[in-house]
Amino acid sequence: MKNKKIEEVKVLIDKDKNAVVDLKGLNELKVKYLGKKGLISELNQEIRNIPNEEKKEFGQKVNEVRTLFNEYYDEKKKEFESVLLNEKLKKEAIDISLPATKVVSGAPNILEKLVEEVEEVFMSMGYDVVDGPEIEEDKYNFEMLNIPKGHPARDAQDTFYLEGEEILLRSQTSPVQVRTMLKGKGEIPIRVICPGKTYRRDDDDATHSHQFMQIEGLLVDKNISLSDLKGTIDVLAKKLFGPETETRFHPSYYQFTEPSVEGDISCFHCHGSGCHICKNTGWITVVGAGIVHPNVLRMSGYDPEKWSGFAFGFGADRLTMLKYGIDDCRVLYNTDLREVTTFDRKEMEWND
Amino acid sequence: MISLEWVKDYIDISDQDLKELAVKITQSGINVEKVITNHIDYLVIGEVVECVNHPDSDHLHVCQVNIGEKTTQIVCGAPNVRKGLKVIVALPGAILPGDFEIRSSKIRGQESNGMICALYELGLEEKTEEAYNRGIEELDSNAPVGENPMKYLGLDDTLYELDIHKHRNNDCYYHIGFAYEIGAILNREVTLPKNDYKEVADSIENYFELAVETEKCPYYSAKMVRNVKIGESPDFIKRRLTAAGMRPINNVVDISNYVMLEYGQPLHFFDKKKLGDKVVVRDAYEMEEVITLDGKTRVLKSSDIVITDGERAVCIAGVMGGANTEVEEGTTDILIEAAIFDPVSIRYTANNLDLRSEASIRYGKGLNYEYTEMALDRACHLLEKYAEAEVLSDVVKYDVIDKQNKQVIFTPSDINKILGIEISEQDMKVELERLDFPYQLENSKFIVTIPKRRLDIDPNVNDIAEEIGRLYGYQNLISTLPTVTIRRGEYVGDVKYKKMLSKRLRSLGLNEAKTYTLVSPSMAAMFPYRKKEQAILPNPMSMDKSIVRTTLLPSLLSVYRFNKAHKVEDIFLYEISKTYDKNYQEESLVSGLLCGNYLGSDWNPSVKADFYLVKGIVENILCYMGFKNRYHFEVCNEKDFHPFQSATILLDRKPIGILGRIHPMISKDEIYVFEFSLNALMGKIKPLKYKEAPKYPGMEKDMAFLFEKSIPVQEVISVIKKTGGRLLTDVSVFDVYLGSNIEEDKKSIAFKLQFMDSARTLTNEEVMDIFHKIVGKVEEEFHATLRDK
Repeated sequence: MKNKKIEEVKVLIDKDKNAVVDLKGLNELKVKYLGKKGLISELNQEIRNIPNEEKKEFGQKVNEVRTLFNEYYDEKKKEFESVLLNEKLKKEAIDISLPATKVVSGAPNILEKLVEEVEEVFMSMGYDVVDGPEIEEDKYNFEMLNIPKGHPARDAQDTFYLEGEEILLRSQTSPVQVRTMLKGKGEIPIRVICPGKTYRRDDDDATHSHQFMQIEGLLVDKNISLSDLKGTIDVLAKKLFGPETETRFHPSYYQFTEPSVEGDISCFHCHGSGCHICKNTGWITVVGAGIVHPNVLRMSGYDPEKWSGFAFGFGADRLTMLKYGIDDCRVLYNTDLREVTTFDRKEMEWND
Repeated sequence: MISLEWVKDYIDISDQDLKELAVKITQSGINVEKVITNHIDYLVIGEVVECVNHPDSDHLHVCQVNIGEKTTQIVCGAPNVRKGLKVIVALPGAILPGDFEIRSSKIRGQESNGMICALYELGLEEKTEEAYNRGIEELDSNAPVGENPMKYLGLDDTLYELDIHKHRNNDCYYHIGFAYEIGAILNREVTLPKNDYKEVADSIENYFELAVETEKCPYYSAKMVRNVKIGESPDFIKRRLTAAGMRPINNVVDISNYVMLEYGQPLHFFDKKKLGDKVVVRDAYEMEEVITLDGKTRVLKSSDIVITDGERAVCIAGVMGGANTEVEEGTTDILIEAAIFDPVSIRYTANNLDLRSEASIRYGKGLNYEYTEMALDRACHLLEKYAEAEVLSDVVKYDVIDKQNKQVIFTPSDINKILGIEISEQDMKVELERLDFPYQLENSKFIVTIPKRRLDIDPNVNDIAEEIGRLYGYQNLISTLPTVTIRRGEYVGDVKYKKMLSKRLRSLGLNEAKTYTLVSPSMAAMFPYRKKEQAILPNPMSMDKSIVRTTLLPSLLSVYRFNKAHKVEDIFLYEISKTYDKNYQEESLVSGLLCGNYLGSDWNPSVKADFYLVKGIVENILCYMGFKNRYHFEVCNEKDFHPFQSATILLDRKPIGILGRIHPMISKDEIYVFEFSLNALMGKIKPLKYKEAPKYPGMEKDMAFLFEKSIPVQEVISVIKKTGGRLLTDVSVFDVYLGSNIEEDKKSIAFKLQFMDSARTLTNEEVMDIFHKIVGKVEEEFHATLRDK
């Protein structure tokens, strides 16, 4: 008899369940079954009238019905809530095609970007990056580099002098070599590169600038050879211009190196078949370098009997122009934001 | 310029392809910039058989020109064209230098089938006003009509234009030296030219006395010739001088130039009769005047060297001869000077007088005395042969030059250590022989004597390694890496700070600018807040690059204007750069410029650059560097800044820079800038320490006051902090109100105060105690009134 009532409630739940259409109806149903006077609550009241030995079984059955209803209720509630939420979200629809909010992020100067790439390569080979004064003494810019006053080599570097022939705007980054060696006091090995501004009396045009950047390098250690220099330049060339890039040297003349060379890289554009970039030679000269002249070592306190080293100098402006296909060096100093903002991006490594 | 036709006199290169040879020479270190062949197709020798004036022109001529196979009509504008003249004709199809193709055409109605040429039009001579006025080239009357004029003139030559690096100029700038270079490359011998001559019994010593009274002339030698017949030079001399870019004048002058181009030794010829009987070489007097060959009066300095006759200056040594002793038409007796002067002195003199002659360039590079002697003999030889000169016996000579041989002793391994490759002893012998460097080999030790002609080689192993290496071929170098200890390189000193700040500023949305160190006077006068005197170039190239800047702000403003002109609206820039003042004191500055929308988009509310944004960026940088609570700002009034929207930046109470809006007089746009010293930040950074998040809840209290408008909030915050003591951990401003329902000269500021103790929970009573203390203090100090909550 009592069990029959339970069965009736079960049937009723099944029937009601399919009739409910919204959250409101569902809550009414909850009251109908679980409210104080709800059908399931009433069944609970019944337990008092059940003989003791049947109480347990009856209780279990009522609980089953309750669980049945709760499961049904939770499921339906979720369903109705999700419908409601979706309606709400629909109203929040936006036009995703509208322009984004600009998030700030500045771009590097393209020349500095290139310089940083070069710095990374050399730092990985143990070179420190150092800097020196742009207003220099003649002593460091020329004399201690084996270029005494009145030497013809000075003609090639038409220099901005500030005071007589003593104080000048440095015409090359090489004085940093001297300053670094003097600091080393002839006792410690040296590995530095020095990127920096340099100045010469040139009229500004597409290929000349009175201010430009050099990247100077110096290594002083034991038993350093011209082949070591070639290997070092080769590492940089491959990193900057791709792994298939080759390096070659041809003789050149600088006062502060002996032997002196110029380093060419194989043309990254035509790979040797000849193009306008390499002037149909397949090779592009990118660096002046050589074995540090014994006089230069000696003047800066390093005994050439014990120490040897190499030095090199890249024209950063030229490297940048080559690498990024810029044909007017004034672009590097314009800061035209229409161009500059495109430099704000990561580049993949060649061997990725 | 090197003529290969000339070089053939000293070395056999008849089997060489001259283009390939140029490549070989370049690879071993002498850069052949250009290979010039004078060959031009469709050039013939013609004879003008008729020449009439053009009917429709006042300067053109219509000529009938016999070109061998036929006679053709050519219109010619040269003033010297005339009937009977033998000329160089470029026929249709000829391509002249500058890609100028000759075509048949009509010139003012008259048919013209070619062009009658001047030498400069064929690229054989520089186009000067003089050459232009001379008009077309006049060939000898015996020139063969119909033949190739280049062959006839002996100009069918190949020329190498050299770019010789500075310290090798002296041995490759003349034909014999260049022949030695080819000799080393091809491993062939060099034959020197003949320089023998007969001498008459009469000695020069009967005519001349020599005195050298300066240290700047270590070598002076002279010979005398007489009964010279001045006339035209033989063809080969004229031709070769022309090829080398020098215009033939007469046999005597040409010979001095010819010998110079052979041996690299400039000679000077004095007219003996005008000179007298004495030669004195001395330092010039200050302000001494000389009239040079070109007729100009030159004023000398005491650092210059002069040749005198004992009284008058007759020549500026090494630079240019004097007009008073010039060789002319009627000259018969000549004193030939072959000397060596101090190269540095000559270079200074040439620069000071702005007189860079072929001679001064060569003296300025230094000379080899062996060739000085040979050149003197060679000049006598040629003068005897081509000017009927009688050479007097003996030489007057002053000679204190250092003749010691330069020797280098080394083992093959010394060389190989420098080059990093293995060249055998045998191969080294071969290279030294090719170089024509005499050597002895004792116990595997080379003892090499450096020839005098190679002034560029110092007696050390590196120089020999270079010579051997370049001939052995740098293509044989291998790529190795130095054997050194492993370490990671780092940024050192101010570069480190520059990199750090640069990255931070970019992440804050500023773009890196790179501008010039040298600025114009008007730029240099802007933003003088640093009160620095500026270094001014004594000899600038132009005024707009004449002053070393002491602030980067004017440069950033220029970049701003450039971009604004290109319709860029939002401009955010920074630059980090060194500056120098009048005493060359270096200071690295960090500068920024902000204008326009910072965050946001055009259709959406956005953050615009204003004073507080630029302040926020500066604070961000300072906090990033670890200076939180160590900086503050003070109102300032500096030229070119908005007087009420700018502030000095102070770190540890010392001014380090400035920020604010640019004065509207300079730009109507709202432009904000900052600039501070990077050096001021260096070395002051303290290490970061972990700070635990608070464990106990804090308490927040708000308070709002009415203040006089002029009271700076920063000062109020200071008082609040001071009064609040240890438990007050933060004060912030959350409302600023000016406007209706408060008095016009007042402002309302609301503060939020945070109280906290890291060891316990605070009670409301103790916090309220502090709160009241603060209120009392603020009211008292600023005559403020607390507003109701």
